Amino acid sequence: MKRESFRKGMKDGIPIALGYFAVSFTFGMMAVAGGLSIWQAVLISLTNLTSAGQFAGLDIIFAGGSMWEMAMTQLVINLRYCLMSFSLSQKFRREESGILKYIAAFGITDEIFGISAAQEGKVSVFYNYGAMCVAIPGWTLGTLVGGISGSLLPDFMLSALSVAIYGMFLAIIIPPSKKSKSVLGVVVASMAVSTIFAVIPVLKQVSSGFMIIITTLLVAGLAAYFCPVEEKEEASHES
Amino acid sequence: MSHNVYLYILVMAAVTYLIRMLPLALAKNEIRSPFIKSFLYYVPYACLAAMTFPAILKATDSIISGAAGFFVALIAAYKEKSLITVALLACAAVFIVERVLVFI
Repeated sequence: MKRESFRKGMKDGIPIALGYFAVSFTFGMMAVAGGLSIWQAVLISLTNLTSAGQFAGLDIIFAGGSMWEMAMTQLVINLRYCLMSFSLSQKFRREESGILKYIAAFGITDEIFGISAAQEGKVSVFYNYGAMCVAIPGWTLGTLVGGISGSLLPDFMLSALSVAIYGMFLAIIIPPSKKSKSVLGVVVASMAVSTIFAVIPVLKQVSSGFMIIITTLLVAGLAAYFCPVEEKEEASHES
Repeated sequence: MSHNVYLYILVMAAVTYLIRMLPLALAKNEIRSPFIKSFLYYVPYACLAAMTFPAILKATDSIISGAAGFFVALIAAYKEKSLITVALLACAAVFIVERVLVFI
């Protein structure tokens, strides 16, 4: 049973690992271009395993932001994992011990959550371990290769690759915006608010980490107040 | 970089792990508050949107190529292409526009 779950997780994790490789390649490249060592970039990927949080963290490191700002930024950007963990806490087999679940917690990413939530009935933590066993090496190796080749790539290649992460973010947020008007409203409003931060002289001084925190809390808070989510809509949530 | 990089990494990793772990440790019951559930549901969209725009315009060598990457990614994402396809198409758009800009 364990072995079967593990194997299935590995199989479902392969496409995830390939996707991770490409994105973490960009991460490794940008981290090294900004002044981190290859080892530091790889260490970040290995210990964090999250795209948006790592890219935002990079900005804060380069800007010399405070530890408080770093912690708050990670908290807000990665708050979505909280929801996924809550959801998985209902989904994991009851008989599997807490410690086994705490290990699986490390591997709760948008994509791994997506595949384990899509399993029928209860899911074994060993399914998640299987997916983690291919996804984590994919993410870490991508960073390593990106960090090494970043210094070899010409400037125009770096410029083109620097939009990869934003392309991925759009691929996550646009399809649900087609199905739900409230999600569309949230996306448009967030972009508008962050544009205001970038344009208005006084607000320009707010660092990017706090800008993201303020925008997210404001827009998601207003949306939750005015357009509370129906149970059904939440079931289709997979970002 | 004024602070110790390893301290940043430790803070990042610890906060990120705790967010993933604490719900599993604490949630014996499901969250009931519709406001909190809705809030958590909207957070990823608000956050990723705020991170993407207008930052994408400044990510490349020129604002024009950044805008091209943004619009191509927007269209590809609207057509529900996979994450990788959207990301690579955006890169390709930036690459092509920057080649063209050289001649203008």
